[in-house]
Amino acid sequence: MIQIEGASKTFSGKTGEVQALREVSLHVEKGDIYGIIGFSGAGKSTLIRLVNGLEKPDRGRVVVEGRDLGSLGKGELRILRRKIGMVFQQFNLLESKTVFHNIALPLILAGTPKTVIAEKVARVLQFVELEDKRETHVSQLSGGQKQRVGIARALATEPDLLLCDEATSALDPQTTEAILKLLKRVNREMGVTILLITHQMDVIRMICDKVAVMENGRIVERGRVVDVFGSPQMPVTKRFVRTVVNDRIPESILRLLHEQTEHYQIERLKFIGASVKRPVISDICQVEGIVVNILGATVQELQESVMCVFILQLIGEEADIRRAEAQIDAAGVLRERVAADEWKHY
Amino acid sequence: MEALLETKIFKVSVERLLLNGSQTVYMVGWALVIGTVIGSAMALGLVLCQKGGLAENRVVFAVLSFYINVVRSVPFVILLVTIMPLTRAMVGTTIGSTAALVPLVVYISPYLARLIENSLLEVSPGILEAAQAMGASTWQVIRYFLVPETLGSIVLALTTGTIGLLGASAMAGYVGGGGVGDLALTYGYEKMNTPLMILTVVILVIMVQALQLLGNALSGKLREYR
Repeated sequence: MIQIEGASKTFSGKTGEVQALREVSLHVEKGDIYGIIGFSGAGKSTLIRLVNGLEKPDRGRVVVEGRDLGSLGKGELRILRRKIGMVFQQFNLLESKTVFHNIALPLILAGTPKTVIAEKVARVLQFVELEDKRETHVSQLSGGQKQRVGIARALATEPDLLLCDEATSALDPQTTEAILKLLKRVNREMGVTILLITHQMDVIRMICDKVAVMENGRIVERGRVVDVFGSPQMPVTKRFVRTVVNDRIPESILRLLHEQTEHYQIERLKFIGASVKRPVISDICQVEGIVVNILGATVQELQESVMCVFILQLIGEEADIRRAEAQIDAAGVLRERVAADEWKHY
Repeated sequence: MEALLETKIFKVSVERLLLNGSQTVYMVGWALVIGTVIGSAMALGLVLCQKGGLAENRVVFAVLSFYINVVRSVPFVILLVTIMPLTRAMVGTTIGSTAALVPLVVYISPYLARLIENSLLEVSPGILEAAQAMGASTWQVIRYFLVPETLGSIVLALTTGTIGLLGASAMAGYVGGGGVGDLALTYGYEKMNTPLMILTVVILVIMVQALQLLGNALSGKLREYR
């Protein structure tokens, strides 16, 4: 669906040159909900704008549905854009116009006959559950309703691809969840591929199949969401994962650990999907010479799966601890020994 | 009817008052129409060609901006006499209401261009980005986004411009254009007819008030749902 190869982009501003993108490559397959996450200034808004030609790369290639954007003329690019919907953080609707007019605009621009417009607008209005707001002026809607109009507008031309630029960042948590559910329906029911950018890991957790993490104009990590959540590699990825899955040891418990005189190790276990069902804790409790103490545990729903993090204190001789570790590993559960420097400093 | 026209108010016939009044309306009206067309074109040129605009073009922007600043820095009386050769070339004479239109249009169009430019700049860049993302051509961006979004503001700008024109037309009248200004100066000031001068001032005040009220009402209607 989307192939970006080695794209670089530099902006020259008052404070000198800013390299927004450095040799970025990205592949999005048909039917994906692909999330790009990064802190502000990471280059993600530039990256998403390459896909509909709002930004042009200095170097590199952007191919959307088999068409190289660099080779398209202005008119051809406009026609391609009609097949790519875009949803914005600030909605970017015509506030003084009605909901109907806003959703009809892309169709008007494409020269669609009036009767067809009415029909298509009715269809998307029903999909976003705003049939009763057809003649309401946008300025009178709530943020969540405005974003529904934004999504309806993007869907009016029946695009194959939807770009979401921080679509939920201006909304409260409840509204965010409702909008994300709607986006998921867009993907599942209409078969629209979605590429979204966000700085909220929750958005990735709730709807994305795949994720790419951006930092300083580069994609530093990418993969299936369950994999990235399970074993994040880069520091920035770990920070993002931590905003959603708390895998730290609570400070009050750390203080208690200092009073402990027996030998022990701290282990972090991650159960994802099917491995949740394995009775690992019960197994290691039966390892001779080991006392198991649960220091912390969290459960997060991840896509259509679930992820649990357990932080265990294994008290006993080093050799016994190693046997317990082997048992955990054999059960196929992600395990890491929490390094001493993560907790001994407290 | 005849008798009414010959009735004198402050030593001036009603016929003269009506004639000069209609001359003012003629000058202001046409200068406004033509000035708005030219001014809007210049304003769109500025907004589209500015840095980061839809049709970024530094040369066009610099030329337009420079021209507007030059004309705007010349007081109307000086502009009026300076461009007399141009006026003569265009309408064959420098006297009369039609001849006065040339300097009025030259004077008011850059003024309106700046006012309309300010209005157009009120449209958030996000809206323009959304328009482009939808595949709108430059013309469609103007037609469906820039203008409808700023119409209320443009109406207010035009109201301000019209009031400026009314002032300028009074001066144009002095150089043979007729109008309310001519009435005040030729029949009032030069003949030391103070009551007549006061009458023209009152007429002008009423005209300005009416224009402003009309402009506000229209603009308010257009901005109802903002």
